[in-house]
Amino acid sequence: MSELFGVPMTALAGQLMLGIINGAFYAILSLGLAVVFGLLNVINFAHGAQYMLGALVAWALLNSWGISYWWSLLLAPMAVGAIGLVLEKFLIARVAYDHRYGMLVTYGLALIAQGLVRDHFGAAGLPYSVPEALRGGVDLGFVFAPYYRVWVVAASLTLCVLTYLCIEKTPLGANLRAATENGALAECFGINVKLLSTLTYGAAVALAAFAGVLAAPMYSVNPVMGADLIIVVFAVVVIGGMGSLSGAVVAGLGLGIAEGLTKTFYPPASNIVIFIIMAVVLTLRPAGLFGRDKG
Amino acid sequence: MFEKTIKRSPAGVALDTTGAHPAGLAIRELDGWYDDSHVLHAVSLSVLPGEVVTLVGRNGAGKTTTLRAIIGLLRKKRGSIRFGSADIGDLGPRDIARLGIAYVPEERGIYARLNVLENLRLPPVLRQGGMTEAQIFALFPNLQERLSSMGTQLSGGEQQMLAIARVLRTGSRFILLDEPTEGLAPVIVQKIRDTLMHLRSLGYTLLLVEQNLQFAASITDRYCVLETGRVVDTFDNLNAHHAHAQLRRYLSV
Repeated sequence: MSELFGVPMTALAGQLMLGIINGAFYAILSLGLAVVFGLLNVINFAHGAQYMLGALVAWALLNSWGISYWWSLLLAPMAVGAIGLVLEKFLIARVAYDHRYGMLVTYGLALIAQGLVRDHFGAAGLPYSVPEALRGGVDLGFVFAPYYRVWVVAASLTLCVLTYLCIEKTPLGANLRAATENGALAECFGINVKLLSTLTYGAAVALAAFAGVLAAPMYSVNPVMGADLIIVVFAVVVIGGMGSLSGAVVAGLGLGIAEGLTKTFYPPASNIVIFIIMAVVLTLRPAGLFGRDKG
Repeated sequence: MFEKTIKRSPAGVALDTTGAHPAGLAIRELDGWYDDSHVLHAVSLSVLPGEVVTLVGRNGAGKTTTLRAIIGLLRKKRGSIRFGSADIGDLGPRDIARLGIAYVPEERGIYARLNVLENLRLPPVLRQGGMTEAQIFALFPNLQERLSSMGTQLSGGEQQMLAIARVLRTGSRFILLDEPTEGLAPVIVQKIRDTLMHLRSLGYTLLLVEQNLQFAASITDRYCVLETGRVVDTFDNLNAHHAHAQLRRYLSV
């Protein structure tokens, strides 16, 4: 069978693979967004820009100091995450009491970051080559699977699983879950919810930056690479349910695949299919597919 | 099984297990507001170390508000709250908890996203002298059977016991309990009574809010009656009959 509903298997497999890669990015970014919204009550509009900064730092590390991709996977999240810590402590914490201020402030931060990057590096993309060890791919017959893309999916999903385990299975995660559910009472036990919020924001930013480094060799490093992505990621978080971490990951992957399938069978709808799904889900289940009441 | 020799200071005050002088609470002329609503008026109240004091009063009298003021959840205040030698009126809940005051709220506050063991271990150990998990499970054996259940899968009585158990680990010796027997079956109420009596024998200081006057009468040293945010009387429980008559006067019991 070399065709499915009039579409060649190679095309379907290719789009599915692309869909899974996109889905992996949606998953890792929506996880960070969901965790931040849950604990800090902030809709982090800067998340896409933080993803872009991760890619940019990787590019800068390579071009200015010859630091390899593999080191960048560690250093870029640390650098951008550190900026996130500072931002949270001195800026975001002050406006977190109102959703609208949180959105406005983080949106402003995104615009600043994107503007500065565009002014300094230009609007055209900066190239970043695939690391030596991951060049080439394997021919599976019906599709060619580049090693790098397999690596991206594996790394993203591993990180999602690790984050999920950290939150759901460790004592630190218990503190995070408790502070998210009822932070005022957690303070009455002596837990430093403010510090926890700062660290959580920094961690989510680092996660976004890590995704940025993964993205650098696949897409060119440009100032708005996160801006288009973040809109879709918001839709993913809404569909998955704002309070649910597993929902964010499952929805991210599922929607990436849905997008890929739509591109295969009905390309005109591929840009908007996720938003159509979002509208349907919100009508039938306003809290999202896996959502729980944030109270 | 729970026999313990209590060290006492020269004045007869039970010292805590670190040998330190436990702290008492002294509230003087406390006014409190929820936004613009003036809810506490010149409240004065003392709790001596090792005492059990119960706040009584009708609904809306300000009992829960007083506890929230002590633990730092009521921020808009005027007047003095001292715990030991520390002025805690301007402190937030985290600092107050670290000074040794524990809080068991009316809604119990058991976390749905944590299992029983995680709920138990959530409050950090703040000082020496707290109970070990073994001691806590000896006090509450039924909790040990439900460790992997999620917090809100427990019955009301089990949640209340968990809410008490988790603060016993912290080492805090001054416990605020808001209606610990509310909505619970008599068997559980008895269990809680026994637990609080045991804590009292260990030298803990307890400040309770209670609507169940029969329960309060069985454990309290003193009553403090609140009415519309004011303290209208305090009296001891040495003569239960006399105390009951007093309570009936204020609360039409």
